[in-house]
Parts: sequence; structure tokens; C-alpha cells
Amino acid sequence: MTALVPELPAVSFGGFVQRAHARGELVVQPRMGIADPAAMRAGLLATKHADATTVGTITLDSYTRIADHAAARRALDSGADLNGFPIVAHGPEVTSAMLDGVRDAGFPVQVRHGSACPQDIIMALALSGLDATEGGPVSYCLPYGRTPLADSVRNWTECCELLAALRGRGIEPHLETFGGCMMGQLCPPSLLVALSVLEGMFFAQHGLRSVSLSYAQQTHPGQDADAVAALRSLAAQHLPTLDRHVVIYTYMGVFPRTPDGALALLEQSAQLAARSGAARLIVKTVAEASRIPTVAENVQSLQIASAAAARVTRAEASADNQVHAEASALIDAVLDLDGDLGRALVKAFTLGYLDVPFCLHPDNAGRSRSYLDDAGRLRWADVGAMPIARLVGAAERRVLTSTDLLTSLSYVERTYDGPALTGRTTTTALNR
Amino acid sequence: MQPDLLVGAPGGAPSLRSITPRASALNHSEIDTVRDGDPGVMVTGTASDSHTWNLVFLQLLLEELGQEVTNLGPCVPDDLLVDEARRRRPKLIVMSSVNGHGATDGMRVVEKLREQPELAGTRIVIGGKLGIAGAGNTRHTAGLVDAGFDAVFEEGAGLGLFRSYVAALPVGASR
Repeated sequence: MTALVPELPAVSFGGFVQRAHARGELVVQPRMGIADPAAMRAGLLATKHADATTVGTITLDSYTRIADHAAARRALDSGADLNGFPIVAHGPEVTSAMLDGVRDAGFPVQVRHGSACPQDIIMALALSGLDATEGGPVSYCLPYGRTPLADSVRNWTECCELLAALRGRGIEPHLETFGGCMMGQLCPPSLLVALSVLEGMFFAQHGLRSVSLSYAQQTHPGQDADAVAALRSLAAQHLPTLDRHVVIYTYMGVFPRTPDGALALLEQSAQLAARSGAARLIVKTVAEASRIPTVAENVQSLQIASAAAARVTRAEASADNQVHAEASALIDAVLDLDGDLGRALVKAFTLGYLDVPFCLHPDNAGRSRSYLDDAGRLRWADVGAMPIARLVGAAERRVLTSTDLLTSLSYVERTYDGPALTGRTTTTALNR
Repeated sequence: MQPDLLVGAPGGAPSLRSITPRASALNHSEIDTVRDGDPGVMVTGTASDSHTWNLVFLQLLLEELGQEVTNLGPCVPDDLLVDEARRRRPKLIVMSSVNGHGATDGMRVVEKLREQPELAGTRIVIGGKLGIAGAGNTRHTAGLVDAGFDAVFEEGAGLGLFRSYVAALPVGASR
């Protein structure tokens, strides 16, 4: 951290992570959302008391995500299942009471939701005394529906301004970009890194001073290490005056089905975070391939990840690598389009300067393609109109079949389940 | 988001080969003019389902089977699907859902599609994980057919039946 970074108040998400990082502790965090306030509170308390440095998560349900709060209210009234905590339908009194005695200086809580129209959500979390959430104009829009990108940019502009207005009285609002996870899998790391940095810059342009930049573990440990080094370097270059940290997501694609395979993948992500200088990790569980995990499974993952991180020492990859070269070119091309980041992002997708492979959103050009090489690295098969053609070597031309797609989507699952099913350890299979 | 697939991962080949794009873009936004001639196949997600990989997979499979594909992507509102279907007049609409709401969403939108005189003869099928009961999801099949679907491919049925169905499509638009 440099002297340029703001002093953060005691009860702040960014400040808590910053202090843990300075002590050499990786902060671990679950994905957890339960509709019933008592059960949500119990889940947060279990997270708080896990044998690890933790922060809490309130994941919202699908109805709240699309701003259908009446449907969420009906589900609560009728006892129908909800796949998360409906923070708007519950209202600030219920949420504040749920958090009373749970959230404190030693246990910040973040709201995760996935909405491209999150104004109601931001108001609800602010009124409940919360100050940390997640998202972004691109990352919460393109992969998940048909909301026009320009609308999402407008919505997220308002939300950043709402969040920034909470500053004061001991509050420093925090926003995490979801840009490091586009589509969960098969997006080459350079585009993930570029989107994380660009969304972080968008947040800063609209008043945030404490941000986190995400990167989702992909298919190759060496390439992932290069990506995180590139992300940290580009964040320092473009966001020098912000409180910032890197958050790693354990693999977000098709997950191993065996407990051994799932936990080996989790440990690999924790080691990536600890080695690369990331400050926080969002974990997955042994149940990931089949259902929503229990609180106990989440606690198990938090403790396993924390222990795995503590076993490795920091050894950052050089930022002078291919991922950095491509991500830097993408960021510069977008910044050249417009001084306003929101307008620049819309123009960039219109022109195809940013083009997410396999993303079907109408505002995504859809000309880029990726593939996995023989070593498991993600590479570009086609960059479309993205300004990185000169940086990307020519790929071997071959038609992508539906079988190839399934094979690629299940690469990580097979890599980690294979050794578990044949009694070999996974690490030897991966350290090639 | 766990990107579930239409079907469980197959016993795929152990080695990955390099892949390059097809001549046709995956993205329907480039296919904004309706062509004359053989009407194509429309692939779509349901209103509440944000999953994409199942839709990408189906597009590639249908293209391998010789079909022209328009892909509307995830979270397609009912009215948009009806408008696009009326405008493009596809010979087949393939709806895919894996979020557990497929039966509910599908039932609602197929009735809206069948209300359109120009879509009365269009083939409309649905598949994926259509409920939250796993193997018990087949209990939705009869209701979905009654509501207006020509065929229902619940996850457990595998892809063989769907392939056969598509391979047997006659040239032209009427059923």
C-alpha cells in the first residue's frame, strides 16, 4: 500500500482486508444466501466463528436480482423456496436486526446479487447499515440476460453515486468488480483482467475510493499466476490513489464431482491467492457440482482454504508476461475511445474492441473464440476486432464442434476428478 | 453461477484439440436480416434462466446437423420471444432451461406462442432440467405437451432422441 491510499475507518470492508493482508493472512469468504433471517444470521455466525480470517456474505435471490420484489414477498409469505436473502422484500428493519451483534469491526459483511438494475438493492443495504457489495456495468449485464449495456451503465452509475454518498460517519463504501469472471469459464485471462481494471476505473470515476478487483481461477496454474501479476500491476498503474485489493474466485465453471477433486481445486485456488499477493478468496465447496452447499460445507471450505494458503509463501510471477501485454492493449484501446468510462465501455463493445467469447448478449459482437491448448492454457482462436491481433500468435485452424465445447467445459472437472477416481494425488497431475 | 449443461458431461476425449471459429458467428445480433428460403431453427433460453452454455452447445449441435440457427440467448422475456418468432417464422423453436423453472416458464410462454395464428404450425420443443426434482422432472412432460410443445426432452433422456428428432425434420416450415 502506498501513502496515496486513503486512511480507512475501523469498521470498513476495505480496511479489514487491508489489515489482514498486512498481517500476511488471506481473507476467505463463502457464497451464502438464505431467505430466512434466523438461518441467514446463523450462517453468518458460523462464517464468523470459523477457524480462519473471514468476512461474511449475504447472497440475494433471483427475484430480487431482477427487481421483482413482489415475487420475493409472495415467496416469503407463502413459504416457497427462495435461492437467497431477499434484502428489499425483508426491508431494513429485518436486515438490521439479523445483523445485530454479527457484523462488527472484526467481521464485515458484503452483499452479492448479480443485478443489472440494483438501485433498490443498494438503497436497502445502505438503510440496513451495510456498505460493501459487488457487481459492475459489464460483468453483471452481459453474461446474464438482455438488459442493454447502456441501461446497465446508467444503473451502475447511479448505484456508484449512491454508494459513494454513504461515506462519512465511519463508513467507507466498498465495491468489488465481478469483471474477472465473465461466463465463468473459457474466457482468456487477458480479457478478464482488462474488464476488472476497467470496471474498477468506472467505480473510481463515480466516487468510490475502496474497490476490489476480481479474478476467477481458470484452467492453468501458471497462466493464472501471470494473470494475477498482470492484474495487480495494471491496477497499480490505473488506480494509484484507491484502496484496492485483488480477490480470487475459486473456479466458477463445471466443478469436480468427487470431494477429493473439489477440495484439491479449492486448495489450488487458495495457493494461487497466497502466492500472487491477492488479499481475499471466495471459496467453493464439495457440494458445488450438485446443489447449494450447506453452512457446514462452507465452513469446511473456509478452513481448508485458509490452511492451504498458510502453507505457501508469497512468490509473485513477473508482470512482464503475455496476459499483461494483451490486457494492457485492451485497456488502452478502451480509454482512448472516451474520457467517460461508461461511454467508453459501450463504444468498445459496439466496435468489438471488447468481445467476450460465447457470450450471446445482443451488445456483444460475438466474433471472438477461445480454446484450450494441450497444456490447458486458455488461448484465443479468434480475437475478432479486439486490438490484440499482433500480440496473439496464429491458432491452428479447426472447427469447434459441440463435442469440443463439452470437452473444454469439463476439462477442469476431469483433471481434478480423474486422480481422485484412480487414487492418485491431484497435485502431481497439475504441476507439469 | 454454475454453468450447468443441457446434459451431464459426456465421456469426452482425453486430449483437447485446438479449435477455431465456424464461419457463422454465434451471436444472433449479426444475423439481423431474415433470409428467404429454408426457415432456420431458433434457440432460446427462458425468461428467468440466465444460463448460457446450454444454449451455445445446442447451437453448435444444430449447426452440425445442418441447420441454420438464430440464438436469442439467456433470460428472453416472453413477449420478445413471441415477437422474434413471428418475425422470423422458424421451422423449429428449441427452448432450453436448466435453472429448475423450465416447466413453469415453458408452460406460460408456449401458450402465448400458440395463440399466434402464424405460429400454430411451428414445431416447438423444450429440454433441459425442467424442474427441481431431478429424475422426477418427467412428471412435467404431459402438462408441457398439453400446453403446446411438440416434444419434451428432460435431461435424463439424453441427446440421442433430440438428434433423431432434428434429423427427421422435413424441409419447410409446416408440421
